[in-house]
Amino acid sequence: MLGQSLLASGLKWQKLERVYMPFMEYEAVIGLEVHVQLKTRSKMFTRAPYSFGHEPNTLTDPVVLGMPGVLPVMNHEAVHKAAALGVLLGCEIAPRCKWDRKNYFYPDSPKNYQISQFDQPLCLGGSVEIEMEGPSRNVMGAHRHVQLTRIHLEEDVGKLTHFTNDSLVDYNRAGAPLCEIVTEPDMHSADEVFAFMTAIRNAIVSAGLSDCDMEKGQMRCDANISVRPVGETKLGTKVELKNMNTISGVRNAVAYEIKRQVFAKKNNTEVIVQETRRWDPVQQVTQSMRMKEESHDYRYFPDPDLMPVEISTEVLQKIRAELPELPFDRQRRYMESYDLPYTLTSVLCPDYELSVFFEAALAATKGKGEPKAVANYICNELLRDLTAAEGEGRAPLAESVITPAHIGELVALIHDNVISKQIAKDVWAEMSHSGLMPATIVEEKGLKQEQGDSGELEALVAATVADPKFAKAIGQYKDGNDKALNSLMGPIMKATQGKANPAQIVEMLKKAVDGA
Amino acid sequence: MSDLTFKTATELSTLLASGALSSVDIANACLDRAEATEPSVAAFNSLDKAHVLAQANASDKRRKDGKALGPLDGVPVALKDVIAEKNQPLTASSKMLANFVSPYDAHVTGLLKGQGAVLTGRCNLDEFAMGSSTENSGFAPSKNPWDTACVPGGSSGGSAACVAAGQVPISLGSDTGGSIRQPAAFCGVVGVKPTYGLVSRYGLIAFASSLDQIGPFARTVEDSALLLDAIMGHDNRDSTSLKVEPPKCLEAVKTSAGKKFRVGVPKEYFIDGLDPEIMTAVRGAIDWYAAQGCEIVEVSLPTTELAVPVYYILAPAEASSNLSRYDGIRYGHRAKEFKDAIDLYFQSRAEGFGPEVKRRIILGTYALSSGYYDAFYLKAQKVRTLIRKDFENAFAQCDFLLTPTTPSPAFKFGEKTEDPLSMYLNDIFTINVNLAGLPGLSLPCGLSSSGLPLGMQLIGPAFGEGTLLAAAHQYEQAHDWVKLHPSL
Repeated sequence: MLGQSLLASGLKWQKLERVYMPFMEYEAVIGLEVHVQLKTRSKMFTRAPYSFGHEPNTLTDPVVLGMPGVLPVMNHEAVHKAAALGVLLGCEIAPRCKWDRKNYFYPDSPKNYQISQFDQPLCLGGSVEIEMEGPSRNVMGAHRHVQLTRIHLEEDVGKLTHFTNDSLVDYNRAGAPLCEIVTEPDMHSADEVFAFMTAIRNAIVSAGLSDCDMEKGQMRCDANISVRPVGETKLGTKVELKNMNTISGVRNAVAYEIKRQVFAKKNNTEVIVQETRRWDPVQQVTQSMRMKEESHDYRYFPDPDLMPVEISTEVLQKIRAELPELPFDRQRRYMESYDLPYTLTSVLCPDYELSVFFEAALAATKGKGEPKAVANYICNELLRDLTAAEGEGRAPLAESVITPAHIGELVALIHDNVISKQIAKDVWAEMSHSGLMPATIVEEKGLKQEQGDSGELEALVAATVADPKFAKAIGQYKDGNDKALNSLMGPIMKATQGKANPAQIVEMLKKAVDGA
Repeated sequence: MSDLTFKTATELSTLLASGALSSVDIANACLDRAEATEPSVAAFNSLDKAHVLAQANASDKRRKDGKALGPLDGVPVALKDVIAEKNQPLTASSKMLANFVSPYDAHVTGLLKGQGAVLTGRCNLDEFAMGSSTENSGFAPSKNPWDTACVPGGSSGGSAACVAAGQVPISLGSDTGGSIRQPAAFCGVVGVKPTYGLVSRYGLIAFASSLDQIGPFARTVEDSALLLDAIMGHDNRDSTSLKVEPPKCLEAVKTSAGKKFRVGVPKEYFIDGLDPEIMTAVRGAIDWYAAQGCEIVEVSLPTTELAVPVYYILAPAEASSNLSRYDGIRYGHRAKEFKDAIDLYFQSRAEGFGPEVKRRIILGTYALSSGYYDAFYLKAQKVRTLIRKDFENAFAQCDFLLTPTTPSPAFKFGEKTEDPLSMYLNDIFTINVNLAGLPGLSLPCGLSSSGLPLGMQLIGPAFGEGTLLAAAHQYEQAHDWVKLHPSL
């Protein structure tokens, strides 16, 4: 069949869409299993440290390596962080849960069993608020909640690297605390999946529970996808997708797989079988992993080396009190309380550090300045500088020379008419270079704008108004166009080297013209 | 130095403290005795002479400097080869770990080192502590010092035999279903399985985690108390280690004179098929306690007969998972020929494990399999709760239970190897003590007509070690069994 050979040749789905009809009469049903490594000092069941990017097999100890006679000891910090994740996402936290052994032989698992939670997970239910793309980037998109089934805590396994004849295993990652977040089959498009992954990452990173960097394996996603005719309530045959290493990769893989399944069903080119498929990010296709057909029997049983976990109401209250608000809640608050436009909030709010920076800068204005002015400096000037400095990515906020105090003081100086916005640009350039405070720069460089109606300024205004080349503009002003006078500003600002207070000049111009 | 053979740890400790003897003297005596008797007893998998003498020298130096660490400083202690000792072999008597050297110390090993004990040799056992005779050792069986044609019992057969043979005064074993008490009975020494959770399992190669417990072998009750005191206590590296003040064992022994107990006699333990000489010996002990003014209470433990089936579901289930780690990937035996990763597991495990270990892994894997889990594992756990309750009811009426330790004295090599079930039944009196997590003690109470030791078991409520040791000490002091030694 033509379709089959096209698929086999690795044709991209975008092409399929062009060649064949849009598949309106089918809907996809998608559920995700998202693994998130918790940010803790030590591993899940031992004191061995964990972080990314070390020499292979250096973050191990006898417990990590499953040496004879070792025993696991639960990391309370990890359990509290997992519970915090549950609270953050509105889950019900089990007052008591237990540890189970998931038995399977594979070289990534040092003990050939993984300590996990089978029938009594730490968190049940919950949901993740997602935002779909809006009609334009200035307009908020539709929001909805994706329902979660459960979140449980387990230990991560090692990382295998396969070569032609050999495989190597790195146990650095083995034993790192890992949360498995399971969603209901509650999503229906690749865009929804993308929105979900973005939202859950922002929420978790904001709360400081994980860095969620997919490329470092701190967040991983498996997607279960089936398609069915619209109106059908029974689920279609499920395919599990693996090996998506970026959030965009998840979107592309899911989109491809939906198209593949719909195409196969519509055209009867192949029977969709229950299988695991691997996303090939280079070819941009999913490929069957040809896993063995037999289903795994993990022989779960309660781990006799560990005691059940109980989380007291007091601990839960403490966890709740220490959690920051969710990014979308923060965004609504900024829009309502600070009257910030959606565009600015959509830059600030998904990024917890940035929103903390914003609030600190706003506080540093000491009430002298608009939140919008502060947000503008952060979203435009600051982010531009940080991005430029790093080359491709954004430099860490913590390394910024400009602190919230700088921006707060700068906005306050503008607010108090000490400097103009024009001069502020020079002050910005200077402070981002030297790190000096804006007031110091203004003082040292004599940038203070002229205050009061000194004779010099009044003469300048009078001369400008009298200049025949502005007669037309003055005429337009008299006809009711307030902005027409702006064209008279330029020469005056130029003559005063920008130190004049624009608002004051406008007033003086109006007075001069009205009085004439 | 042969006059030191059969000196108790307590006696040696006193001689050391008085300066009459050095630790090196004792170490040399032990090494000499071992050299003379190991060809017939084969208690040790390895005995590193230089390592022993270095520890003894260090002990003598401490003592000379006035920095002796306590009663165990300079006293030899042998360890079952499932208890990790840093830089020493840790084999579990398995070909799988034949060349494995431990990179760390078990908690008990650390405690003994901290008290100056001289760690003297790695004792043989049934492979991975699975068995009742050491015939399952992947290397060679140990012999019963009283009759080398007989087994020393198991799984801690080497730990019992070396103490009985006078090679060391005291040793450590581990007990999952009777693996300390049964060999103690067979070899005519004292063996104690403590309350589950009183001794840390960190560094003990796991057989069945919810049942395993480390405990002492000694030739006297007092010595067993001395060693118990040295190894009990909370350890935060073992999550099942209890945060309680452990019983004061030596104190209980020293204050035992004149104490009266309510002695429970469970009728289910005096059954048809029990060796008549053991029956007589244990009945004699009951009469002796009665004669001392103790109240004898007949009690019933109706779940007794369920212990063996429950145990042979739960223990293999846990073992099947615990032993998964021996796969030839990171350490241990790796097959030379294999096709791929899965085949590497198959071949390495097929070559590395002996038949009994394989049998139990298969049993346990089956019991945990989907579709069988509820019928086997879950049901066994429920029965385990009933067994616990039976004991609780019994201990409402008495202070400890007095029973035979084993249904028969030491059997001959090969007598039971063809019939695993008859081997399993050797544990019928000891298994349920592990299932209930209780302390149990085996004590010599006679000799058979063929000159083999007979043992009786004292079972106590949780944390009842003091009671067991006190009652056992009373009996021991009034009898001469402790003075009998095998002639080797």
